[in-house]
Amino acid sequence: MLEMKKNNIFISGDEAVAHGTRLSRPHVIAAYPITPQTITVERLSEMVENGEMEADYMHVESEHSALSAAMGASSVGARTFTATSSQGLLYMAEAMHYASGGRYPIVMMNANRSVALPWSIYGDQRDSLSLLDSGWIQVYVEDAQEALDMIIQAYKIAEHAKVLTPMMVNLDGFILTHTYEMVEIPEQEMVDMFLPKFDTPNKMSFENPKNMAFSSQPDDNTEFKYQQNKAMFDSIDVIEKTDQDFGEQFGRYYKGMVEEIMCDDADAVLVTLGSITGTVRVVAKQLRAKGLKVGILKIRYMRPFPEKEIMELSRKVKAIGVIDKDISFGYEGTIYTNVNSALSKANASVFKKNFIGGLGGRDITKAEIEKMFMDLLEGIDSGKQATVEFFNLKVETND
Amino acid sequence: MDRPIKRDFKRPTHIDDYPVGPQYEAGFLAEKNAGWRTFRPIIDNEKCIYCLICYLVCPDGTIIKNDGEIDVDYDYCKGCGVCAHECPKDAITMVKEEL
Repeated sequence: MLEMKKNNIFISGDEAVAHGTRLSRPHVIAAYPITPQTITVERLSEMVENGEMEADYMHVESEHSALSAAMGASSVGARTFTATSSQGLLYMAEAMHYASGGRYPIVMMNANRSVALPWSIYGDQRDSLSLLDSGWIQVYVEDAQEALDMIIQAYKIAEHAKVLTPMMVNLDGFILTHTYEMVEIPEQEMVDMFLPKFDTPNKMSFENPKNMAFSSQPDDNTEFKYQQNKAMFDSIDVIEKTDQDFGEQFGRYYKGMVEEIMCDDADAVLVTLGSITGTVRVVAKQLRAKGLKVGILKIRYMRPFPEKEIMELSRKVKAIGVIDKDISFGYEGTIYTNVNSALSKANASVFKKNFIGGLGGRDITKAEIEKMFMDLLEGIDSGKQATVEFFNLKVETND
Repeated sequence: MDRPIKRDFKRPTHIDDYPVGPQYEAGFLAEKNAGWRTFRPIIDNEKCIYCLICYLVCPDGTIIKNDGEIDVDYDYCKGCGVCAHECPKDAITMVKEEL
């Protein structure tokens, strides 16, 4: 075991991702700049240019090309990285299914940003949540340190022989990408020990020639999709093990699929995804000081989904609220739909509420979060039906 | 040039028999890509002078050079008839497939 030297620097979330990528030693980076991801790819191109990284940086003409190029690189056995956001992610959508179906373990950073129209460069999670079905592992981080650490973990998870599935590391646009924090930069030697060299059965080779990325007839397609789904479920154990190993080696353990915060004796729990967790932690502590039994379930992975953890939570609490920085028009927040599915399988009889807000970069305030907790506590044993509420509308409506 | 050896493909019976994603060892023909052939080229090796023009023009590489004799790999031949059209000795005849 190497002695860990502390190397803390003051950087933005975007820069933290660039450092995490540098330490993971990808052979190829193919990316197209888009706000609020741009700083990440600028730093990476500088690192390649000044020799801090031994990687090929491919300048491509679009996000669709970025991911397609990453797939090509992965298919010759190269570790690859790409990064995008919002419209760029959606422009990649076709190639995303290609990459997951082809089992190319590409790692991508996505800066969560709203989707036009109305045009908005600011944050919410409508971009990545609309691509839950694309076959990518999706993790969401709370701060810049977790962003850096998850890039390193992502390669180990995605490239695992039982997984071989691409992975997206999501961080909230501006709230994480553009704010500065003290971030510990791990030693390269320690990262090398943690992250083995990339090896995949799916590569072009003169020694073992393969027919790659072929089509399938109806006779085989379902089997390929069964296999892909199985790999996603198998990744749950790999995610847990990787996070534990990371914790032992680097001193930071993120609790795998979810982090439960003050849930053991809680009456009301708010489910969070991404950076909002930090604000909810502050409010929950304040309410705890007043004697209110509140807790937080920080969902880290949306795919694979932490169904088991949510079912277990439902057996010990009385109310569950879900904050969604997205809306599936005509229904409800996508996180809520997923949480609710797990709750129904557990036959949970908890009071439920879906809070829709923080869209297009609007801040979610501590006062609003406190009101959510109070709504949940008041809902317990009230006999009220579950509701979906846009919690921060600034005008009257006709409802 | 030696043709790659074509190996027999056995359909998977267990999910573990499938490759990890749609990539598989070369040399297997899982499905014959010749099912829509309407006319089949028949080579008369008595007339053939082994000029190999058919070998050069075949868009699917189905012409087999075999010690001075020419043959066709009907697992791949789509029956386009280019070989018969280009043969200077009219040694290739297109014969209608019987259904």
